[in-house]
Amino acid sequence: MAKKRLGMQTVQLEQPPVIIGAGSAAGPMEAEGPLGLDFDQTYPDLTIGQQSFEKAERQMMIDACNLALKKANLTQKPPQIDYFLAGDLLNQIITSSFSGLQLAVPFLGLYGACSTFCEGISIGSMLIDGGFADKVLCAASSHNAAAERQYRYPTEYGSQRRPYAQWTVTGAGALVLASSGQGPRVTHVTTGKVVDMGIKDPFDQGAAMAPAAVDTIVTHLKDTGRKVDYYDLIVTGDLARFGHEMAIRMAGQQNVVLDERYKDCGMLVFDPERQDVHSGGSGCGCSAIVTAGHLLKQMAQGKVKKLLLVATGALLSPTTFQQGDNIPAIAHAVALEA
Amino acid sequence: MMYLKAFIVGGLICLLAQMILDNTKLSPGHVLSGFTVAGGLLGGLGLYDRLISFAGAGATVPISSFGNALVKGALQEVNQHGMLGILTGMFQMTSAGITAAIVFAFLTAVTFNPKS
Amino acid sequence: MKIKQGTSQQSQQALYKQMVTKAEPKPPRLRNAIAAFLTGGLVCLTGEGITDFWEATMGITHKQAGDPTVATLVFLGALLTGLGFFDKMARFAGAGLAVPVTGFANAMTASALEFKREGLVFGIGGRMFQLAGAVIVYGVTTAFFVGLLASLLKMFR
Repeated sequence: MAKKRLGMQTVQLEQPPVIIGAGSAAGPMEAEGPLGLDFDQTYPDLTIGQQSFEKAERQMMIDACNLALKKANLTQKPPQIDYFLAGDLLNQIITSSFSGLQLAVPFLGLYGACSTFCEGISIGSMLIDGGFADKVLCAASSHNAAAERQYRYPTEYGSQRRPYAQWTVTGAGALVLASSGQGPRVTHVTTGKVVDMGIKDPFDQGAAMAPAAVDTIVTHLKDTGRKVDYYDLIVTGDLARFGHEMAIRMAGQQNVVLDERYKDCGMLVFDPERQDVHSGGSGCGCSAIVTAGHLLKQMAQGKVKKLLLVATGALLSPTTFQQGDNIPAIAHAVALEA
Repeated sequence: MMYLKAFIVGGLICLLAQMILDNTKLSPGHVLSGFTVAGGLLGGLGLYDRLISFAGAGATVPISSFGNALVKGALQEVNQHGMLGILTGMFQMTSAGITAAIVFAFLTAVTFNPKS
Repeated sequence: MKIKQGTSQQSQQALYKQMVTKAEPKPPRLRNAIAAFLTGGLVCLTGEGITDFWEATMGITHKQAGDPTVATLVFLGALLTGLGFFDKMARFAGAGLAVPVTGFANAMTASALEFKREGLVFGIGGRMFQLAGAVIVYGVTTAFFVGLLASLLKMFR
């Protein structure tokens, strides 16, 4: 077995990389949500003065990256970054590629649907712990209008949303990981397997992703020998209300009790009473802005010392569900300690 | 009186569609295509015209009337010019709706911008 | 409903799907039904009024006024879509706005509007029928076969 592996799917980092900077940029609905004040930058509308929604998403990712780099004191141009790992929801991950163009550093594009943020942190941490990099910039973003027009319906189309449907978050989050410095550390990385429990409805992503989240969480605990109460907080990326409930049930069936320390970014980012988001938030940007904006601040303030972040992604495309395929999902976990 | 009938019949057709949408996983596209086909079949049987006589706009405004109009246009031409009428007559009665939709959709798209 | 580890993937999937279907929040069916009925009825009633208006204004028969009525409703649907109101109204009205020809107008306008960034040819022109195309395809195909059947029956009468 490779030196740093634990169990089936986990890597224990020998010299845990440090998060030395984080940046979050969010859209208007997110700014009006419960975590609005935690985001570094917010925008008043979805176009951010750009010609299209896609160009606006690019601007958000660049802004988030620049904010993270500034906090990490990496202000040279081009920044002293060894790798830029980024992903988003758009076809051919154009947001990330075009952001990489602007940053002008070595770029590796990622796609894990909404699990991309943790995928980036996972790979970035392993690059640093393996001695291949000193500083890695990880980012993920999503944009409600850009995602809707690609995956579902045009924004002005009059259709009714199902109560278990989710609202793609407009936001971008970025982290700078380093081999040394001050900040919370990434201690473990558990990489998920693709899981398919037979869900076919593209609007029911919470139910599609919950089994993947549970699979990864249970495997992580088994591999590390930890119990749920080791962590102050276990947070999934975007299962939202319905998926959160299904995850608790499925974990319970495997004798893992997810109690009130288990939360979900999709539920944290919006207020279901005031905002018409049905089940809650979704998208790469969801876990990204909640982590970069809110959770890391909680860790800095000492309110959370041990966090297990589990970003979840539904690996469908408009083609697959129209061809009658199920919706497989994946979940990646990273363990952070202050 | 026609206003009341239009209201009730139109409302019932929409109600039926809503019930299908809420109780199955069918998409609006499926339901609307289905209603169009249904309108065409009822039109072929001569039943849809009776509904129009009864309820006026309650039957002509829903999308099912599009299916009926396509069938009627085809049949009208067949009566006058034989089998070839199936090909030449279909858009006779639906031309106004389709033309208006294309032109107004184009003008709107050029004038406005998508928001959210 | 316990999903046993070690059982076949298919039975695990079937059990999970059952669990999901039971737990899935259902749409407010009664509210949606009432809203669809009232809105749909209102749109059709308005259509009847518009028909009377054109009949009087242009001095045509009630039947002939059907065409300008459809055109008027299409115009209103397109305009409301462009102004950004249609989708907000449809969230409440559901089938009440989708089933009348206003829904057809909205589908075409929303698609054309959304993809205008991709230009006049690929965007507005190429994408206009993305959502509404199915209605035209299946309407025409049905009419073709119904017409064929009807004319064949006539021949053999």
